[in-house]
Amino acid sequence: MSPRPYIRASSTTGWWLAQPRYVRYMAREVSCVFIGAYTAVVVVGLLRLAEGAAAWVDFVNALQTPASVAFHALALGFALYHTATWFNVTPKAMPMQLGEVQVPGGVIIGAHYAGWAMVSALLLFLVGA
Amino acid sequence: MQVITTDVVIVGAGGAGLRAAIAIAEENSDLRVALLSKVYPMRSHTVAAEGGAAGVARDDDSLDNHFNDTVSGGDWLCDQDAVDLFVAEAPRELTRMEHWGCPWSRQPNGRVAVRPFGGMKVERTWYAADKTGFHMLHTLFQTSMKYPTIERYDEFYSTDLLVVDGHCRGVAAIEMRSGQLRLFSAKAVIIATGGAGRIFPFTTNGAIKTGDGMAMAYRAGVALKDMEFVQYHPTGLPGTGILITEGSRGEGGILVNKDGYRYLQDYGLGPPDPWPRKKAMELGPRDRLSQAFWHEHRKGRTIDTPHGDVVHLDLRHLGEQRIDERLPMVRDLAVSYVGVDPVYEPIPVRPVVHYTMGGIDTDIDARTSLAGLFAAGECACVSINGANRLGSNSLTELLVFGARAGRGAAELAVAETSDANETAILEQAKVAQDRVGRLFQSSGGGESIAGLRREMNTTMEAGAGIYRTDASLRESCTVMNDVRKRYAGIELEDKSNVYNTDLIQALELGAMVDVAGAVIVAALERKESRGSHQRLDHTERDDEAYLKHSLAHYVDGDDARIDYRDVVITRSPPGERVYGGEQK
Amino acid sequence: MNERQIDLEILRYDPETDEQPSFQTYRVPCQEDWVVLDAVNYIKDELDRTLSYRWSCHMAVCGSCGVMINGEPMLSCKAFVRDLPDSIRIEPLANFPIERDLVVVMDDFMGKLQSVTPYLVARDEKSIDDGEHHQTPAQLKKFKPYTLCINCTLCYAACPQYAHDENFVGPAALALAHRYNLDSRDVGRAARADVVASNAGIWECSFVGACSEVCPHEVDPAAAIQQAKIAATMDYFLGWLRPGREP
Repeated sequence: MSPRPYIRASSTTGWWLAQPRYVRYMAREVSCVFIGAYTAVVVVGLLRLAEGAAAWVDFVNALQTPASVAFHALALGFALYHTATWFNVTPKAMPMQLGEVQVPGGVIIGAHYAGWAMVSALLLFLVGA
Repeated sequence: MQVITTDVVIVGAGGAGLRAAIAIAEENSDLRVALLSKVYPMRSHTVAAEGGAAGVARDDDSLDNHFNDTVSGGDWLCDQDAVDLFVAEAPRELTRMEHWGCPWSRQPNGRVAVRPFGGMKVERTWYAADKTGFHMLHTLFQTSMKYPTIERYDEFYSTDLLVVDGHCRGVAAIEMRSGQLRLFSAKAVIIATGGAGRIFPFTTNGAIKTGDGMAMAYRAGVALKDMEFVQYHPTGLPGTGILITEGSRGEGGILVNKDGYRYLQDYGLGPPDPWPRKKAMELGPRDRLSQAFWHEHRKGRTIDTPHGDVVHLDLRHLGEQRIDERLPMVRDLAVSYVGVDPVYEPIPVRPVVHYTMGGIDTDIDARTSLAGLFAAGECACVSINGANRLGSNSLTELLVFGARAGRGAAELAVAETSDANETAILEQAKVAQDRVGRLFQSSGGGESIAGLRREMNTTMEAGAGIYRTDASLRESCTVMNDVRKRYAGIELEDKSNVYNTDLIQALELGAMVDVAGAVIVAALERKESRGSHQRLDHTERDDEAYLKHSLAHYVDGDDARIDYRDVVITRSPPGERVYGGEQK
Repeated sequence: MNERQIDLEILRYDPETDEQPSFQTYRVPCQEDWVVLDAVNYIKDELDRTLSYRWSCHMAVCGSCGVMINGEPMLSCKAFVRDLPDSIRIEPLANFPIERDLVVVMDDFMGKLQSVTPYLVARDEKSIDDGEHHQTPAQLKKFKPYTLCINCTLCYAACPQYAHDENFVGPAALALAHRYNLDSRDVGRAARADVVASNAGIWECSFVGACSEVCPHEVDPAAAIQQAKIAATMDYFLGWLRPGREP
């Protein structure tokens, strides 16, 4: 038995400010709040659409206010950050080895970006852009 | 004082100690094992061994070849019955390690791969990249966790053996976290504490290699055998002494002097081509390579650096891919510690102390002259290494003799039906108490542990280095006697109880002082040159007078007393050690 | 060789005399190729014999010498003073109780290591005479990175989850479990699942990734844990489809 081990206070509310890597982690995690809020806006939009043209026009006008634009810019930024950090770690979660050769991480990440680009192109096509 | 009763105590949890513990647990699950170590097991110095472990593997190899390479590599000072046993057990132990999960490097067909190594006629060195000792130690440590009967006592520093009626019945050890002395009462004791390279200033050895177990046995009346034989590894980094594995030469690395010349060809190890060739040039035995450096230095052909003279180990021709695959740690060490990337530049290297061939006198069953006491690994001397150890034999030695010590101790523990008399144990403990207590008392001596350690290091390198003379050894003897006297007057500056490393370092210094004394006196008495013991005043090998093991006996307050025992020669009479192109 | 005067500010603690730890500063003349460990050894040998710390190999393979250097967990034998400023703050590894000075209590880690069944659970009892298991270089490569852990526990010092909850099994122990799970000779994944695929095991990890960033041997425990999550999830769903299936 240790005679009198000293236990340091370790987990305080500001723990993540101590190191840049923790700040980046928290930014990644908090991005889900913005993505969730954006999703709520989209759902509200659908409801307004269902309520008829007038409600829809009001909704679109609300979207164009400076506050809304600012929020959407922030949400887009966080969504992109979330996507980039998520794609970047895919080689760690799903490493691929062909024979004795490790498939380079860049290839796996690139494939994700390529997939994203294709899905985006398809969506844009479908909405008649 | 607390007495912990168990069946077998093992002091030292490196490769040999862990192998012994597992052997006991597998042999008999009723036996309790107390595994004591002054560090957590994964810190044991086995972890730093790099190149590999030898065991006959190829169809074109034979036990006879391994036997002959080992015996001639040891300059015929090896006990040949022990070597026969060793080479036969070697492949079995290494296979057993594979069964326990050791990640041996492989051939494309899935079989274990082997690489060339110094002094070996055929490739037989099993390897795990260039971290073989690391992988073996972790495999053994992780496997040991299967057995609930192995109780570990981590960070316990053993100070003395407890001997009752001429039988070793336990050890006294300091629990480092509390500073309290604890007594372990057992039916058998195995010492597996490693070598004593730290008596020298430049060494591949980590801080913990201070000969503690050797000193414990020595003081208890067990002889230390062949102590004059200290191996200098030819390729250590200047300054830190960090090991650059022989495996780098096994893969094809070459050694050149300041003129870019492969100088080993001038010392009976050539011709340099065709290269690579087993047992020639850079794949010669370690003693010859270290001695060649010494001669090159005398001729002024080594390269001067702020950390002393060096030669160059050139790996550039191996190419980046091979280096990253077979020698990744070598690359990392060179880049980090000397700022050299071996893919583009040669690595500066010099001989540094690496291994103690000598140690606790044991027979081929790891038994010592003290009933109940066994020893295995670098701390022991069977002897299979003789006057010079071949690289990659010692990792295998840990397994073969660790297992034998374990089985022997298990047998003894079963046969011995009664626990030792506790009063007798407590009586014995007084020696340990005094040894520790003395350090806490005021002595007014003003001696510094670091200062005495430095003096010991300096005189060992100067007097008992690669080449020795009567004068240099006598000088070292005088210095060490003075150091020993002044050690008695040491007073600790740290008198606390919790994790007191001033105390531990003081005790380690005490062990080193005793071991160093044995090395010097044994070297003085051996008036010949053989293997790694080279005398400028007695340059030839003298089989008539010295085909014998030296046995150093502890004499309290005076020089060791040396006597001799014949080497066991069975089927290989002493011959000439032939390396280079001339060998068949 | 150039010398540089560096101030080492070290957190000291002696449980017999101190209520709590406090800093002590030493000025050390450092050679340009020194590591922090060399400076600490200088302090012990020349300035203050009462300083306690762990070290052994001085070549980053034994794992003894982990400490916090200016807030970052590092091996003191591989922290070169040439990369550090003139003032270096040294503390014992974060998230562990302090035993004495720079020595931390390792009991929790050792227990976690033991708990993940960290040894080969072989498919069948092979006799020595049958020789070795066959394992191709490709099979070896799959688990090789996860064998390189030296148990230095820098990853535990960096992990905010371990800081928050000491029940977390932790990066190194989980990476070791993964090493065995990936070994072609092993069939122990089910045996390890109770601890590994538990709430205190891989599911406690939120992939901060600090462990892999501070690891001195690129073991990448974060990767091991994420892969283990996928494997455990597959085991769970496949277990539904085929109850009694061996993972």
